[in-house]
Amino acid sequence: MTGALEEPATARRASPPPLAALSLRGLYKRFGATVAVDGISLDVPAGSCYGVVGPNGAGKTTMLSMATGLLRPDAGTAAVSGADVWSDPVAAKSVMGVLPDGVGVFDRLTGAQLVTYAGLLRGMDRATVAGRTRDLLAALDLTDARDALVVDYSAGMTKKVSLAAALIHAPRLLVLDEPFESVDPLSTSRIRQILADYVGSGGTVIVSSHVMDLVQRMCDHVAVVAGGRLLAAGTVEEVRAGSTLEERFVELVGDRRQAEDLAWLRTS
Amino acid sequence: MVAHLVRLRLLMLGNSLRRSVWQIIGLVVALLYGSSIFLAVLTGLTYLGRRDVELATTIVVFVGSLVALAWWFLPLVAFGVDGTLDPHRLAVYGIRRRDLLLGIALSGVVGIPGLVTLLASVGIALVWVRSPAAFLAALVCAPLAIATCVVGSRATTTLLAPLRVSRRFREVAGIVVFLPVIALVPALSWASEQLDTDRLTVTQLGQIVGWLPFGAVWSVPGTVAEGRPAEALARFVVALLVLAALVVLWSWSLERQVSAPARGGQHGGRSRGLGLLGLVPASPAWGVVARCLTYWVRDPRYASSLAVVPLLPFLLGFLDRGGGTVLLCLAPLTAFLLGWIISADVAYDHSAFWLHVTTGVSGRADRVGRAGAAVLIGLPVTTVLAVGSAAYTGRWEDLPALLGLTLAVLLCALGLSSVVSARFVYPVPRPGDGPFATPQGSAVASLVTQGIGWLVLLLLVLPTLVLAVVSVVTQTPSTGWWALLIGIVSGAGSLLLGVRMGGRIYDARAPELMQRVLANR
Repeated sequence: MTGALEEPATARRASPPPLAALSLRGLYKRFGATVAVDGISLDVPAGSCYGVVGPNGAGKTTMLSMATGLLRPDAGTAAVSGADVWSDPVAAKSVMGVLPDGVGVFDRLTGAQLVTYAGLLRGMDRATVAGRTRDLLAALDLTDARDALVVDYSAGMTKKVSLAAALIHAPRLLVLDEPFESVDPLSTSRIRQILADYVGSGGTVIVSSHVMDLVQRMCDHVAVVAGGRLLAAGTVEEVRAGSTLEERFVELVGDRRQAEDLAWLRTS
Repeated sequence: MVAHLVRLRLLMLGNSLRRSVWQIIGLVVALLYGSSIFLAVLTGLTYLGRRDVELATTIVVFVGSLVALAWWFLPLVAFGVDGTLDPHRLAVYGIRRRDLLLGIALSGVVGIPGLVTLLASVGIALVWVRSPAAFLAALVCAPLAIATCVVGSRATTTLLAPLRVSRRFREVAGIVVFLPVIALVPALSWASEQLDTDRLTVTQLGQIVGWLPFGAVWSVPGTVAEGRPAEALARFVVALLVLAALVVLWSWSLERQVSAPARGGQHGGRSRGLGLLGLVPASPAWGVVARCLTYWVRDPRYASSLAVVPLLPFLLGFLDRGGGTVLLCLAPLTAFLLGWIISADVAYDHSAFWLHVTTGVSGRADRVGRAGAAVLIGLPVTTVLAVGSAAYTGRWEDLPALLGLTLAVLLCALGLSSVVSARFVYPVPRPGDGPFATPQGSAVASLVTQGIGWLVLLLLVLPTLVLAVVSVVTQTPSTGWWALLIGIVSGAGSLLLGVRMGGRIYDARAPELMQRVLANR
């Protein structure tokens, strides 16, 4: 693959910060004949809220899976605060909180048990786990459901409790894949507030989403991914270049499906 | 509309066969096997129909009743038997109820069980070739019998559908219905003893069953052949009434179901506090132990294997014909069941396994935790069973050998499982499915993996096994003590080695394991 290591102009122009919270170099992954991620290089500056947008099947989830140690890349590297995810996983994973998309959770545990379990797996001590579990469930409005089994939770509540499990060890970097999917508006604004506070105190967040409006409002940086390639990356202002993010996105990705004229659908 | 529904069913049947060549081969083999048995039975019955009409009637009634009962109640347990034409999915299309009923009923016949039952009920008419009246009656009763089976199965599933939506019922039903099936074996032997002592003749029992809702339709031709037309007519009326009642019941429950939207069970389980997760020392390995123990109790896929354990003594006791040698197998057998189940531990976690991968749990902690939970459950259970079976059979002198073999099996199986579950993921029922749901994916790969695993296990246990068997057969207790020693040493060694090897494999391959699990859905 000759094009695999080609960096998009925007990524080259932005000078990388001294120590990026997450640094991807030439990530490449193919499944059979399909190239899911075709050489993505990206630096996420520490203390930023970084949005990753792209159409369905663009390779966002594959890219984030390779960055979080869930999927081994065919080529390329991923490093968290300088620690390589694939050669030094313990160091990299200890400062990273992850919320993957489209996977299950240990749903025979209660909400409180699940968050506690995540804390114990992180090797934290009992008192810290107990205190933080209580705080997180309260902050995410799950205190009433703490003793209910997660299997009986709604989809939105399951997202929230998974987020709590990702936050329990106070990570420096949060990687959230579609955190707002099927979450109600009230919880969405609650989560946004928590993330804003987290970024304000020096944390770094990477959020993938296909809700442009949301990304434009909450993120300071954004990367546009389509067809496994990075089309644009930088601050939101740079990428949207005067227009809205959604317009810019359609321009970049290209609306290949020309809206067919559904004349018969008109009721009048 | 009715034709549409039947065609839809045919299409789905065809598509399910198109998914894999092996499925077609399996189907053909099953059909050949089934039809050869069917032909043999039919030939026998035809012969009987000529010689002994009474016996032929009884057999037809019994077999027919079993078939009808299977149609009515099996789908409640074996979920997914035929959810393809779920009224819920058709609810949005606004089909008239009469069409819906007829369409679903007819499409119920399309499919392997339906076709087999259809052929069988028509084929049974051959039994009565000698008596034209009975032959005619059998031909009339065949469609009635099919209708009773299909409509009955629809009626029970639709009636209980609101319950089935609830997760709890779905999970528990599988186990609850499974228990009587195991208990059935001794019950049947008891019944046959009663019959032997002539308190109740088989013919009399057949007469009674022939009046019951599920047996009436099958008893009509036989009664005609025996020359009691009035009684035959009465039985026919009973059969008709049963069908009418089933149709009404089905129609009513369908109405109720379609008008009320589907929803999940609201009454979820709650448990106060953190349970075991709040009690264990704070470390990754202990966390895994506590989580696994919670799953052993709460997840029906684990709990069902625990639920079988109390039944094993009865089953083995029934098989045991004096002497108690079979009963002595109880503890090692249980040890195998409990030790081997964690070979699918990661597969049982399914995609929830991501939590272990992203938190960077060390392979050692993961393996120690999973095996530790199984030891905490398996050690007391198997020890109690070993001592208990020695006490029950009064063969205390065999206890050391028995304990040695039990411990060897349990610990070696756990050690081996720790390696297997770090390397292989074979298809298991997914989280939320009943314990007896058919897992997706290739059964062959799973059988090969497990078969090789069992062979290795046999090799590991072999020294202890030989010593234990020699001790029991030759009645030399000193050899038994050697078996205990070797059993403990080889078991502990295998477990330690297995956990270490499994941990190393896990550390190297956890992401690959995660992808394998994800591919398994």
